[in-house]
Amino acid sequence: MGDWMTVTDPGLSSESKYISQYTSETKMSPSSLYSQQVLCSSIPLSKNVHSFFSAFCTEENIEQSISYLDQELTTFGFPSLYEESKGKETKRELNIVAVLNCMNELLVLQRKNLLAQENVETQNLKLGSDMDHLQNCYAKLKEQLETSRREMIGLQERDRQLQCKNRNLHQLLKNEKDEVQKLQSIIASRATQYNHDMKRKEREYNKLKERLHQLVMNKKDKKIAMEVLNYVGRADGKRGSWRTGKTEASFFLRNEDEMYKILLNDYEYRQKQILMENAELKKVLQQMKKEMISLLSPQKQKPRERADDSTGTVISDIEEDAGELSRESTWDLSCETVREQLTNSIRKQWRILKSHVEKLDNQVSKVHLEGFNDEDVISRQDHEQETEKLELEIQQCKEMIKTQQQLLQQQLATACDDDTTSLLRDCYLLEEKERLKEEWSLFKEQKKNFEKERRSFTEAAIRLGLERKAFEEERASWLKQQFLNMTTFDHQNSENVKLFSAFSGSSDRDNPTVHSRPRQKKPHGAPSGSPVCTSKLTKSLPASPSTSDFCQTRSCVSEHSSVSVLNTTPEESKPNQVGRECTNQKWSVASRPDSQEGCYSGCSSTYANSHVEKDDLP
Amino acid sequence: MNFSEVFKLSSLLCKFSPDGKYLASCVQYRLVVRDANTLQIRQLYTCLDQIQHIEWSADSLFILCALYKRGLVQVWSLEQPEWHCKIDEGSAGLVASCWSPDGRHILNTTEFHLRITVWSLCTKSVSYIKYPKACQQGVTFTRDGRYLALAERRDCKDYVSILVCSDWQLLRHFDTDTQDLAGIEWAPNGCVLAAWDSCLEYKILLYSLDGRLLSTFCAYEWSLGIKSVAWSPSSQFLAVGSYDGKVRILNHVTWKMITEFGHPATINNPKIVVYKEAEKSPPLVLGRLAFPPPRAAAGPLSSTESKYEVASVPVSLQTLKPAADRANPRIGVGALAFSPDSCFLATRSDSVPTAVWIWDIQKLRLLAVLEQLSAVRCFQWDPRQARLAICTGGSKVYLWSPAGCVSVQVPGEGDFQVLSLCWHLSGDSLALLSKDHFCLCFLETEQGVGTAFGQRADHT
Repeated sequence: MGDWMTVTDPGLSSESKYISQYTSETKMSPSSLYSQQVLCSSIPLSKNVHSFFSAFCTEENIEQSISYLDQELTTFGFPSLYEESKGKETKRELNIVAVLNCMNELLVLQRKNLLAQENVETQNLKLGSDMDHLQNCYAKLKEQLETSRREMIGLQERDRQLQCKNRNLHQLLKNEKDEVQKLQSIIASRATQYNHDMKRKEREYNKLKERLHQLVMNKKDKKIAMEVLNYVGRADGKRGSWRTGKTEASFFLRNEDEMYKILLNDYEYRQKQILMENAELKKVLQQMKKEMISLLSPQKQKPRERADDSTGTVISDIEEDAGELSRESTWDLSCETVREQLTNSIRKQWRILKSHVEKLDNQVSKVHLEGFNDEDVISRQDHEQETEKLELEIQQCKEMIKTQQQLLQQQLATACDDDTTSLLRDCYLLEEKERLKEEWSLFKEQKKNFEKERRSFTEAAIRLGLERKAFEEERASWLKQQFLNMTTFDHQNSENVKLFSAFSGSSDRDNPTVHSRPRQKKPHGAPSGSPVCTSKLTKSLPASPSTSDFCQTRSCVSEHSSVSVLNTTPEESKPNQVGRECTNQKWSVASRPDSQEGCYSGCSSTYANSHVEKDDLP
Repeated sequence: MNFSEVFKLSSLLCKFSPDGKYLASCVQYRLVVRDANTLQIRQLYTCLDQIQHIEWSADSLFILCALYKRGLVQVWSLEQPEWHCKIDEGSAGLVASCWSPDGRHILNTTEFHLRITVWSLCTKSVSYIKYPKACQQGVTFTRDGRYLALAERRDCKDYVSILVCSDWQLLRHFDTDTQDLAGIEWAPNGCVLAAWDSCLEYKILLYSLDGRLLSTFCAYEWSLGIKSVAWSPSSQFLAVGSYDGKVRILNHVTWKMITEFGHPATINNPKIVVYKEAEKSPPLVLGRLAFPPPRAAAGPLSSTESKYEVASVPVSLQTLKPAADRANPRIGVGALAFSPDSCFLATRSDSVPTAVWIWDIQKLRLLAVLEQLSAVRCFQWDPRQARLAICTGGSKVYLWSPAGCVSVQVPGEGDFQVLSLCWHLSGDSLALLSKDHFCLCFLETEQGVGTAFGQRADHT
C-alpha cells in the first residue's frame, strides 16, 4: 500500500487535494477519513496520520474498536469479524480470516472507489473546464448581443435621423418647387404685367408720337428741305419715272416677278448644289460598291466551298446586281427603284463584308492567341542570332586591335634596344630592300591615283557646299585618329600593306577628304623618334616625314603635286566657315525681321514662334 | 509692315471708300478725303458743324456727313467738288442717316423714330416711311441693293416691311411673332431674312424674301436670350450668340442647329492652341546700352514689348464676374464675325473680355484662343483672306491667321491707343483709329510677291 501511495503523482494529488477536502466534509466516518488520508499522502500530513491512528485504536480499546469495526462492517453488509458464537456467554472470537477477507474486500473496494473517484474527478475537471468555456462563450455572446443591440439601436437612431432629414429635404424640395412655381408664376405675371405696361406705355408713346408727328410735320415746316446744287443722274442712267395708278400696278407686278425670279434662282442654285452633292455621293457609293465587289469576289469560292448558303446566294445576287448596274448605268436616274436597288445591294454587301471582317478578326485573334508564343520565340531566336553575330564582330574587332597593339609594342621594343636590332634589321632590310622598293613604287602609284581621286573629290566637295564641309572637317578629325593607328604600321611593316590598302580603300569610300592626308602624317612623325625606324623610312620613302615638323611634311608632299589641293582645302574651308557664320548672323537677323524692319520704320513687332510650335502640336 | 504718319481725327470717323481708292476722315467740322495709297489729300470739305457720322455712297461718288445735333445732313461729291447738298430735317430732328444702295437716296431717321425720310438726289421726290421701330438693327439692305427690310412697330406689334429700293414700293408686309423685335439681317444671298427678339426672350425667326416664315429657333426659355447674330458670307450658316455664353450655328437647309460652341473659362483640349500675350520689358543689358542700336532710337522707348506665347493646356482664362443686379450684364457672346471664306468664326465672350475665340467651321471645333493683356475692343477680318485684326485699346495691333499670331507695336510719339480699326478692301492696309489720330498700317505680304511670280509664270 505504501508502494501504491508513492506511485500517485504528487501534482495530481495536490490538485485533488482540494476536491478531497471538500468531499471529506460530507463523510465524517473514520475510515473514510483514513482513506482520505491515504489519498493525500503528502509528507507534512504524515504526522497527522500517525496521531489520528493513535487516536482511533490504542492498546486499551482494541476490543471496542474491533466491535465498532464489526458493527460498521456488518451494517455495510460484510460478514462479521467474529466467529460464529457457540454460546452467548462465550466471548466472541475475532475471525482473522474474515478480517483478512474483509480487509481484502475493503481494499478492492477502496481501489475501485479510488478508480471511480479518479474518473469522476477527471470528468469533473472536464466538466468544469467545459463549464468555464461555456461560461466564457456565454459571456462573449452576451457581450456580442449587447454590442449588436447597441448597434441596432444606433442604426435605428440613424435611420430615424435620416428619415427625418429625408422628410426635411422632401419638405425643402417641396418648398423649393413651390417657390419655383411661385417665382415662375411671378415671372409670368410680371411678364404679363410688364407686357401690359409696356403696351400701355407704348400706346401712350404712340399717341404722343402721333401728336408730335402732327405738330412737327403738319406745321409746313419750312426748315425741312433739301438744298441741292443740281440733281444728279441715277446710278443706272435711267430717268426716274412718274408714278401713276396704272404704272403702280405694273410696277408692283414687276417687282413681284423679280422677287420670285430671285427666289427661284436661289432655289435652283441650291438644288444644283444638292444635285452635285448627290452625284458625288452616288459616285462614292458606286466606287465603294465596285471595290466591295472586287474585294468580295475572290473570296466567293471559299464560302461556296464551305457550303455557306446565305453568303453564296447573296454573292450571286451581287454579281447579278453588278451586271445589271454596269449594264444599265442607271446611276444618273434618281428613280425610287434604282435607289432602293442600290441601297439594298450596298447594304447586303456591307453585311457580307462586315461578317467577313469579323470572321477575319476572330481568326486573327485566335492565331494571335495561339501563335503568340511561337512568334515570341522566333523573335527571340532572331535576337539571339543577331547578338551572337554582333558579339562575333566585336570579338574580331578586339582581336584586330590586339594585334595592332602587339605590332606597335614590337615596333617600340625594337626601337628601344637599338644596336642589335638595328643590325638584325639591316640585314633583314638588305634582303627585303628590293622587294620593299618595288612595293613602294607600287604604293606610290597607288597614292598618286588616290591623290587624283581626292582632288576630284575635293572639287566636288567644295561644290557641295558649306555645311558639308563643316561636317567633313569633323569627319576628318575622326578619321585622323583612325589613320593614325593604321598608317603607322602600314609604312613601317610591309607585311601589313594588304591591311592598309584595305583600310585606305574603305576610308576612300567613306570619305573622300583631302586634308585628312596631311594630318595623318603629322602624328605619323610622333613614333619616328626611333632613329632606326626613320632611317629606314627615309630610305624607302623620300616623301615620308623624318621629323614631326608639319611644314616639312607639307613640302614633302608637294613633291607629289598634291600640295595645291592639300594646302588650299583647309584654308578654303576656313573662309567658308567664316562666310557661313556671317550668313548665320544674317539669318539670325532675318529671323526677327519685323523687329528690325519695324525699327526701320519706327515700329517693332514680335512674331510668336507659332509656326514652329504649332507644327509640334498634334 | 509699314506705318504711315499719324493724322488727326475726331470721333473715330475714318472710312475707306467702297472702291478702295479713297479714305475719308473727319477732323471736327472738316472732311478730308485722301488717296488710300499715297495718303495725299484729294479733297477737303467744310461742314457747318461737328460731323458725327460719315458714310460713302456705294459707288464711292458721294459722302454724306450727318450733323445730328443740328438735324442736318451734308452731301459732298468727289467728282464735282463744287457740288453740294444739304438736307435739313428741321424740328423733327435726326438720329440716323444712311445711303440707299444705289447711292442716290438718303434715308434719314427722325428723332423718336417718328418716320424715315427718303431723300432723292435725282429728283425732288421725298418719301416717308412711317412707324420705323427703334431697335438695335431695324434697317437692312440686301447685298445686291435691291431690297430693304425695315422693322416696324404698329399697335404694339412688330412688323417687317420689305421694300423695293428702286422705287420704294412696298413688296411685302408681315407681322413677326416676336415680343420686341431687336434686329433684322438679310442673308448675304438676299433670300432669307433673320429676325430676332430682344434679349428677354431667345427667339430667332427666318423669313423668306416673299414673307413666308421658314423656321423659328428657340434654344431655351426663361433666360436672357440673343446677344449677337451673324450670317456666314456663304449664307450657309447663321451664328447666334446668346447670353448663356454659347454660339449656336444654324444650317441653311433645315434651319436646325448644327452645333453649339461654348466658351469655357478653362481650356483642356491639347489640340487647341492658346496664344497668350505676354509682356516683356526690353532687356536692359549694360553692354547693349553702351552700343545703342541706331534704328531703335526711332522706336518708342518707353513702351514694353509684347509677344504671343503658346500656352500649354490646361489654360484658365480670366473671367469677369458679372454684376447681376445691373442691366446689360457683361456676359454672353457679344461679338461674332465670320471670315470672308466662311471657314473661321471669331467670337468674343463678354465675360472673358480679354479673349478672342477662333472656331474652325469646317471641323466645327475650337481652333485657337487669343488671350490679350487687356479687354478686346474690336476685331475685324481681312476682307480677302482668313486674317483677323484685333485691337485692345493699347498701342498694339494684333493679327491672327491660321499660320500664327503676331503683335505689332504702332510707332509714334506718345501712346497711340488703337480703339478701332478697319481694313482696306484689298486687305493690304489697315486703318488704325485712336481717340484723335489715325494712321494706316500697310501689310506687305509675300502673297503680293507670290502673285507677281504667278503672273510671270503665267506669261512665260
